[in-house]
Amino acid sequence: MKRALIWAPLALFAIVFGLAAAGLFKPADRTIYSAMVGKPLPTIELPALLPGKPGIATAQLKGKPRLLNVFASWCVPCIAEAPHLLALKAAGAEIDAIAIRDTPEAVRAFLARNGDPYTRIGDDKASVGQLALGSSGVPETFLIDSRGVIVKQHVGDIRAEHVAELLAALEAAK
Amino acid sequence: MIAEAGLAALWLAGTFALIQLMLAWGAVRANGTAQADELMTALRRVSLLQGLLALLSFGLLIALFVRSDMSVVLVATNSHSAKPLIYKIAGAWGNHEGSMLLWVAVLATAGAGVALFERRLASATLAATLGAQAFIAIGFYAFLVFASNPFIRLDPPAPDGQGLNPLLQDPGLAFHPPTLYIGYVGLSVAFSFAVGALIMRDVGPAFAKAMRPWVLTAWIFLTIGITAGSYWAYYELGWGGWWFWDPVENASLMPWLAATALLHSVTVLATRDGLRAWTLMLALVAFAMSMIGTFLVRSGILVSVHAFAVDPTRGSFILALLGIYIGGALALFGLRVGTVTQGSTFRLVSREGALVLNNLLLTVILGIVFIGTLYPLFAQAMGVQLSIGAPFFNKATAPVALALVAATAAGPLLRWRRDSMNALLGKLLVPVGAAGVAFALVFALSRGTHPVPVLAIAFAVGLGVASVLPLVRRNLRRTPMHVWGMVIAHLGVAVSLAGMAADSAFKTERLAAVHVGDNVTVGPFRVTLAEVRPAIGPNWSALEARLQVRRGEDGQVFEMMPQQRFFSAPPTNTNEAAIRTLFDGQLYTVLGEGAEDGRWQLRLWWKPWVTLIWLGGGLIALGGLLALIGRVRRERREDDA
Repeated sequence: MKRALIWAPLALFAIVFGLAAAGLFKPADRTIYSAMVGKPLPTIELPALLPGKPGIATAQLKGKPRLLNVFASWCVPCIAEAPHLLALKAAGAEIDAIAIRDTPEAVRAFLARNGDPYTRIGDDKASVGQLALGSSGVPETFLIDSRGVIVKQHVGDIRAEHVAELLAALEAAK
Repeated sequence: MIAEAGLAALWLAGTFALIQLMLAWGAVRANGTAQADELMTALRRVSLLQGLLALLSFGLLIALFVRSDMSVVLVATNSHSAKPLIYKIAGAWGNHEGSMLLWVAVLATAGAGVALFERRLASATLAATLGAQAFIAIGFYAFLVFASNPFIRLDPPAPDGQGLNPLLQDPGLAFHPPTLYIGYVGLSVAFSFAVGALIMRDVGPAFAKAMRPWVLTAWIFLTIGITAGSYWAYYELGWGGWWFWDPVENASLMPWLAATALLHSVTVLATRDGLRAWTLMLALVAFAMSMIGTFLVRSGILVSVHAFAVDPTRGSFILALLGIYIGGALALFGLRVGTVTQGSTFRLVSREGALVLNNLLLTVILGIVFIGTLYPLFAQAMGVQLSIGAPFFNKATAPVALALVAATAAGPLLRWRRDSMNALLGKLLVPVGAAGVAFALVFALSRGTHPVPVLAIAFAVGLGVASVLPLVRRNLRRTPMHVWGMVIAHLGVAVSLAGMAADSAFKTERLAAVHVGDNVTVGPFRVTLAEVRPAIGPNWSALEARLQVRRGEDGQVFEMMPQQRFFSAPPTNTNEAAIRTLFDGQLYTVLGEGAEDGRWQLRLWWKPWVTLIWLGGGLIALGGLLALIGRVRRERREDDA
């Protein structure tokens, strides 16, 4: 008993040392995930940004699983993600968008250069819709099922390897 | 040339540390032979030289900052030629490299102090102690020259510097790190004494008496550092709180808790030859907490608002040092403590017993803070992200802290060796009565207040009364200075506790958006926003609100001017709270954002008796200082006799 006590501090220190080493060599995942995943889409009303393309109204985003892409023309990863959104669209996905702190001219130029996968684009100058979704940056993509519930959040740009995974998730969300 | 000279001094100091270690080794092996004395003389001189060189290196770094030498990377990234002189000087340690150099300079100076002044220890034990001190220093010299060189040149030189974090540009904070570091590193001496004593199997009253002034000094500086840090966060961050349980704050609290326990157990060892193994353990733990604190702050593995050097390479270097020193010392403890014979024994109800209880309770609080601070790291290893905040720490520590207050009240009233329960209860009658009356009074006068802070006020009153009891029926002029020290320090704890409890029980807060000319009331005050105007400082511009404040209906009107400051290099905004200190508390005002409709946000707090928190901290440190002077004087007299 007494011998064990004598070595207890060293054992405790070894545990802390191991933990600290683990913390040091495997830095924390600082990605912030939305608390809205698994909950119904919050009420978001955003006006149209471009003529001929409707804005976002939550009530309309039901009946069929879809992707809601948070993007901006000034965001570099959004350019990298654009071809994969087009691929998703070509595979039959319906994709809506929220444009963060953007102007119609800049978005028009962005879509002309990178292609336009979007059915709707909501104009979110004050990041109101973004905050309601619990999104903390661009690009982010939310997968909404046919009942209007957020089932998945993709933080960061969508890459080639994510396309099949997202299509499968869309199929499962019917 | 200054930078090169500084680096050269650093290398030389490191070399002397190596020589010091070898000489110490030789002196321990030659123990008892004629050669040992020669080696001891050389060892003392080398320790002194090492300290002087480390100080010189740090002095040269300060010179570089004072001259705003922008051809040095560290100066260019952390200073600015337009800064007031005092912040140029403080800039030398307001960054990672400089603060590590300060650390090693204090460490080496402390070692030199031991070599110069220590005459009480057996010479082999002193040699082992100086060797341990050199061994610690070597690691930090290596860390500085290989991973954090403060003297690297910048070619071509920068046109001007990038400035210093304006949050740190404050006289309180400028002297905060040196104060804390002297405390941390003072504990390294206690650590080295413990290692030396373990190596030589020489644990007894002489060892405790040699160690005690160092522990006291470190503890005084830690107390001042924590008190000042708390006040700094309170008035500079503009959030109106005085303790946040932030990992960086905890990093200074943990060594303080360990040092407080050590201070009490070392007294038992010095006067009664008891608690030998426990005192050794605490000496190791206290410095371990200092190093772990440094590591946590420097490595960035714990996210904190204060941490300003996040770098995994440096983190792993410090972690390795931590493993060698702490792990090594704890292993040495495990191997050797069995050979430390048990000291004298005592009854449970005695001064020793109360001190053991005090030690246990302090250790429990230390454990809670330690677990709360490191648990997020543990959870992360398990794949969970979480943070632990004030609610956990407050709830977990409050009951233990109140028990500790009770033990602090009872301890000094007990006799050494043995006392009777009845005698103790008799002596406690007055303080407990005072606490009861205080509880009833405060509770009745402040209906609706949460009972816990009221209970804390009652405990504070009880402790306050109990603290001065040891002076009753004593010839005050012949009372030894260290007794005065104990009385004042314990009184300080009572005063601080009263301040904390009063703040949490009675503070009132008001958040308002007002036009110029509008009134807001907070507590007994009516505050009028008279105007918002621009103001200019040496390296900032600001928006300044002029508030006219009246207490009650017929009080004198006085003005307060909270500011929002804008610093240009680097571009930063800070809130300068305006605080008015009155005899019974502080009015705390912050100017917030202006809205488009012309209204300004004002945050107002009335905090009754909040100043007692820091006044108490000051009393605790003063008590420590009196005890230190008293002990040193008495021991000098004993030596002369």
